[in-house]
Amino acid sequence: MIEFFKQFWQRDTDSSRQIAKERLRLVLVHDRVNVSPNLLEALKEDLLEVISKYMEIEETGFEVNLDKSENSVALIANIPVKRMKRAIDQGQ
Amino acid sequence: MAGRVIVVTSGKGGVGKTTTAANLGAGLALLGRTVCLIDADIGLRNLDVVLGLENRIVYDLTDVVEGSCRLRQALIRDKRTENLFLLPAAQTKEKDAVAPDQMRKLTLELREEFEYILVDCPAGIERGFKNAIAGADEAIIVTTPEIAAVRDADRIIGLLEAAELYNPRLIINRIRPQMVRKGDMMGIDDIIDILAIELLGVVPDDEDIIVSTNRGEPVVLDRRSRAGQAYNNIVRRLEGIDVPFLSLEEESWISRFKRAIMGHS
Ligand SMILES: Nc1ncnc2c1ncn2[C@@H]1O[C@H](COP(=O)(O)OP(=O)(O)O)[C@@H](O)[C@H]1O
Ligand SMILES: [Mg+2]
Repeated sequence: MIEFFKQFWQRDTDSSRQIAKERLRLVLVHDRVNVSPNLLEALKEDLLEVISKYMEIEETGFEVNLDKSENSVALIANIPVKRMKRAIDQGQ
Repeated sequence: MAGRVIVVTSGKGGVGKTTTAANLGAGLALLGRTVCLIDADIGLRNLDVVLGLENRIVYDLTDVVEGSCRLRQALIRDKRTENLFLLPAAQTKEKDAVAPDQMRKLTLELREEFEYILVDCPAGIERGFKNAIAGADEAIIVTTPEIAAVRDADRIIGLLEAAELYNPRLIINRIRPQMVRKGDMMGIDDIIDILAIELLGVVPDDEDIIVSTNRGEPVVLDRRSRAGQAYNNIVRRLEGIDVPFLSLEEESWISRFKRAIMGHS
């Protein structure tokens, strides 16, 4: 019976299983980017294409990076804007 | 005939590649398939010992590719299973004694004779790995439910893809169902979720493997062992049979309860 109740308690988030899964997830974010830097390069190009519909961008200062902190990873983009468009560029 | 060349790989060492290769080879041979096991872990020969064939080696893989002997002379017939052969690794030579082209040529030759050619890959991602995968058209990745092993598996998936070996399948080895249930070990879903590849099988952590390795008899020959059954299931999946995944791993209390009452699995 005790076993029975334990099943419920142990769904909680601090089990070593959850910790392992979370650590693994983060380490793979880093690994995959390091292993294939062209991933970020491709993302940058796609971003540029989308954003250009709305504004004009200073391409030389355009940067996309992953910001790694202890327990999270964030995608940080620095996108210098030259000029906003008046309306969405529906083009193409 | 055109046999299938399947490489068993992992990245990390000690996760069970050699054990897997030996058991899948023996299991396939039990089903009547003709199987050749290649030990590509040059310098760290192991497969011979796991199969109990260590006393029969005369020539090895390197001798064959260097032309010091004919392929036939180097192949060792298994003691127990009739259609199983081993091409042992050289113990004294360097890892780069075999080049990818030679490996490709060798597997091409073996395809003519065998239905399955299983290649036991060395750990790592260097030369030895590249040689081992050179002739393969399928890959099996072995991992254990540990961060380091799964991380290395992820790396290997990328490298296989770069080598145009697509859709590798995963074996999760040394699972301890109790620990998973208690929340102290990553489970099947956790790993599959993260790696996003097809699951080929799950092998429990099982003392029988140690015993059978001591004896030099693959555990797949022991139908009563849990690991043996797991390998047998994997073998049948390789054969294209749709074998359901036993609730071996993350069996919930509900299904255990049901099983206890209804008496079926
Ligand atoms: N499912 C398992 N249960 C218990 N022991 C195992 C299991 N799989 C492998 N082992 C043991 O782990 C060790 C490493 O296995 P091995 O197959 O040699 O790994 P690798 O070839 O990847 O280095 C061996 O001693 C083997 O007997
Ligand atoms: Mg090995």
